[in-house]
Parts: sequence; structure tokens; C-alpha cells
Amino acid sequence: MSGALSGWLAYAASFGVLVLVQGVACLGLNLQWGQTGLFNVGVAGLVAVGAYTSAILTTAAVAGHSGGFGLPVVVGCVGAVLVAGAVSGLLGLLTLRLRTDYLAITTFGVAVVIDLLIRNLTGLTGGPMGIGFIPRPFESLGLGADAFRGVSFVWVALVVLLVYLLLERLVASPWGRVLRALREDERAAAALGKSPTRYRLQSFVIGGALMGLAGALQAHTLGFIAPENYSAALTFQVWAMLIIGGSGNNRGALLGSLLVVALWSATGLLAASLLPPDWQARGAALRIVAIGVLLAAAILWRPRGLMGESVTVSRHLDHD
Amino acid sequence: MSLQILADGLIQGSLIALGAAGVTMTYGTLRFGNFAHGELVSAGAYAALVVVGALGSLWPASLLTPDGFTVTLALLLGLLVGALCSGVVASVIDRVVFKPVRDRGVAIAVSMASFGVSMALRALLETIFSARPRYYSEDLSIAWDFGDVRIAPDQLMVVAVVALIFILLGWFLTRSRIGREMRAVGENPTLAAVVGIDVAQVVRATWLCGGAVAGAAGVGLGVLVQIRPSMGAELLLPMFAAAIVGGLGSLRGALLGGLLVGCGEAAAVAYVGAEWRAAVSFALLVLVLLIRPAGLFGRPE
Repeated sequence: MSGALSGWLAYAASFGVLVLVQGVACLGLNLQWGQTGLFNVGVAGLVAVGAYTSAILTTAAVAGHSGGFGLPVVVGCVGAVLVAGAVSGLLGLLTLRLRTDYLAITTFGVAVVIDLLIRNLTGLTGGPMGIGFIPRPFESLGLGADAFRGVSFVWVALVVLLVYLLLERLVASPWGRVLRALREDERAAAALGKSPTRYRLQSFVIGGALMGLAGALQAHTLGFIAPENYSAALTFQVWAMLIIGGSGNNRGALLGSLLVVALWSATGLLAASLLPPDWQARGAALRIVAIGVLLAAAILWRPRGLMGESVTVSRHLDHD
Repeated sequence: MSLQILADGLIQGSLIALGAAGVTMTYGTLRFGNFAHGELVSAGAYAALVVVGALGSLWPASLLTPDGFTVTLALLLGLLVGALCSGVVASVIDRVVFKPVRDRGVAIAVSMASFGVSMALRALLETIFSARPRYYSEDLSIAWDFGDVRIAPDQLMVVAVVALIFILLGWFLTRSRIGREMRAVGENPTLAAVVGIDVAQVVRATWLCGGAVAGAAGVGLGVLVQIRPSMGAELLLPMFAAAIVGGLGSLRGALLGGLLVGCGEAAAVAYVGAEWRAAVSFALLVLVLLIRPAGLFGRPE
């Protein structure tokens, strides 16, 4: 393969990894908001919980730091899913029985506290410096840089495919039907004996666990994490992905992820090449506005997103 | 708790309370948590900065500054302009973004839209003014001694202004016609419309008023701390916590909640460490949701 071509393919692979990783967080949000109507403003916090959990479990021990258990990447990912799911569960137990705004405000608060924890528990999280040398699968094979990016894309894609198929099954199952029933008419669903709090809690926990998985995937593809990766801007991006792609539709969530990451990368390249150095930071702020504009355009012209929710009654029914 | 910590807590808490008053007003009338409220705080602070900068180039600052204060007369005008600016921004945002979403009938979607607005406004402020911290004045306000407690003249001034705004606001919400109409709309918009209340006008007044209060809080925060694009976003959790602790929709609650959060933060800074300050609001929030979700003065739904 010629150098230029393999370089381009490697760039595409890195871009694809970004899309897929954020896509997993977006799939989690789609379960919470798209299917169940739960408003979560703490997406970045849960992604951070996943990333840090997996990083702490899998990195080698360093003198002067707690953590660093040197466990396999798979164990790290499972840990990330469990811890992020547990945090979501506690949040849900606290707020899901109350009015909907309390969930939103509390998830916002959790994101603030998680940010505080990862910045200040320096011994465990590296504080502002973050955690480096996180093991990346297949790194030890000694592949070239370009081939390694391709391999990373393949294994992340397989994980995402698995998550996607699992979610499609869940959505079409009786359980998924109850979620949508609760979203559309809580009283009617409750009258049929479906406990709103219980189903919402389950959906919220699974969604949060997926956000944790997204964090773990990010940690094990980048190899380095730091607190500023998990600002409110990340939450905003994931929300934009879901609304633009199509809330309630898993493929829409992934498509939205592709579009938003593409816009983010394009505006980043544009800002880096056009703006003078002292305007770079301000340019970064404008990238958020660019996403906001795309979001507003989507809401105005395609309120249901590019791929709206498809009618899913039951997987036993053929609606063709 | 030493008296100094209490004083510091009450001073910071008065600003949180003022911001929470705006949250509680918009929540009480429109029933949604506005995540862009923090940016209304920042917008007011920056509008006042522009006024102070413009007037400062016309007259020497010393002419306008009483001894011991760094707060100039120019800033008083800045306060009015800042409050007005935030009020207008809030009304415009409601008209352009929130109302179309609200009319579609999904209440929580308005909260979501406000989150987007918050990100966009903050990014705009950062683009225009950069992220560099700014100050109304480079001078130091030298603290006065009151026994064991040291309080700066600027701080006294801020607390006095906040107290005045709360008195005016309390009168406005309970005694004026439009204030009573706000409560009626909050209770039941349809019924309010039936008895002849102009709901659209009440909504406009709520935003103008809630935004103005947020802007005033921003100016106060700018005097006491510094002006940054993220200043309001960082105040958002304390403001939400204060409003919920006090009971959403209650002005008394916002005042008491704000002072409580402020004192809690001051105690955390003194005994635990300044870096954990932001966790206090969350701890109080969780405590209230566990024990009394309706808050101190709120009614359970």
C-alpha cells in the first residue's frame, strides 16, 4: 500500500474510532431520553466515571499513586460499565420518583461533583494531569502506527456492533414497549400495572452503563485521559448528536455522532489554519456555536431528526 | 463556626440567593429548570463591564469613587444596565427559543433547549470578551474591622444592594397586580387565562424580572470576585440548590436557601479546603431530596 493512501486510511480509522466511541454514549442517551424520556445533563460525568474506572483498573502501578491494578482491558471495561451503572442507579433512586426537573438538575450536579473528584483526588486520578500509559489492545503486537489505528477501529467497531444489536433487541422487546408506553402516557401504563419508577430506573441504569462503556473505550483507544475531556461541552455534543440524528432511533444516534464529530473536526481544522494564535481559544468557543446552529437547524426543519423514530410495536409483528 | 466564616458565608450567600430568586421566579411561573440562568448572570456582569469601561474613559475614576470603596458611581449605572440587559436577553431567548418548544407541549424539552442556549451564550461571551478574568476596578477594597470580623466596604455595599432588591422583589411579587398574576399563571395557566389574565404578558414580565435579578447578581459577583465567561455556569448549581432547598417558587425560600448554601460553602472552604466548595451545593441538594423534596417553604405536589 502506498504511504499516502495508508495515511489517509489511518486518518479515517482514527476519525471512525471517535465517531463510534461518542456513538456509544449517544446510544446510552437514546435509551434514556429517546425511549424513556429521561433528561440527563450529566452525560460527560458518566463517561468520565467509565474512563477513569477502566484506566485505574488497567494501568500499571506507579509509586506514590493509589490504583494502578494492571488488570486486563476487558476487566477494566466491565468495571467501567458496573461503576457507571451503579452511579446512575443511585441517581435514579434519588430522583426518579420526583418531578422530572429534579432529575435534570441532579444529573447536572453529579457532573459537577465528578469533575471536582477527578481534578482533586490527585493520588487516584492524576488530578489536572490525568492518567497516561493506559493499555491499548493490540499495541504489543508491534504493528506500524497506521496498521494499529486500523486494528483499533476494527475492535471498537465490533464492540459497538454488539451494543447496537443488543439495544435493537431490547427496544423491540416487551420491556422496550413498556418504556415507550411510560414515555407517552404514564398514567395509562401505570394503570396496566407497570411500575413507572422501576422501568425508568432500569432504563436509566443501562443508559448510564453505556456512557461508562464509551468512557472506557475512549481511554483504551487514546491511551491518555484528562479532566477537560469531560466538560459540559461533551454533554452538549452527545445531546446534539441524538437530536440531529433522530431521537428514539439507534441508527439515528450513530448517524448523528458521525455528523457532529465531522463538524467538530472540520471546524477544528478550519480554526487551526485560519485563526491567528491569540484567537485560537476563542475559535474553540465558536465551534460550540457551530454545533448549536446545526442543532437549531435540525430542530426547525427536521424536528424528528434525520432518522425519526420508527414504529416498533413488537418483533413478532411484521409491519411490512 | 467562627463569626468570620459566618460573615463570608452570608456575603457570598446573598448573591447565590439573588440568583436563586431568579430561578425560583421563572420556575414558579413557567415550571421548568432553566440551565441558561447562569449565563444571564454572566451577561449582566459583562454588560456592566462595558458601561464601566465606557464611563471610565470619559471621567477619571477617582472622581466617581468614594474613599475605601472600589465601587464607583459608574458601576451603579452598570448595575442598572446589566440588569436590564439580562432581562432583555432572557425575554428574547424565551420568545425565540423556549416559546416554540413550550408550545409543542413537552415540558422537559424546554429544559433541554435551555441547556443548548447556555452553551451557546457562554461560547459567545468567550468569543467576544475572551476567557481572561476581568475586573471592574484594579484597586483593592481594604477591609474594615468590626471586632473580630473583617469586612470590605465593597462587600457591605453588595449586601446592602441585594437586601434592597429582595425588599423590592418581595413587594412586587405579593402586592403588585402583575406579581399576583405571575403566581396565578404558575398555579394554573389555563385558569389564569380564563379569568382574563394576559398570560403572554405575564410570561414576558417573568423573564424580564427573573433575568434582571440574575444580571444584578452577576454584577455583584463581578465586584466581589472576578468576571469570567464561566462565572455564571459555576454559580448555577449553588443557585439551583438554593432554590430547591428553599422550595421552588418561594422567594423567602430562595433567600434562606442561598444564605444556607453560602454559609455551607464558607465552612467547607475554612475546614475542608477551597477545592471542595462546589460539592457543598450538591450535598445540600441530595439531603433535601432525601428528606423533604418540596424544600423548606415549598408545598409537595
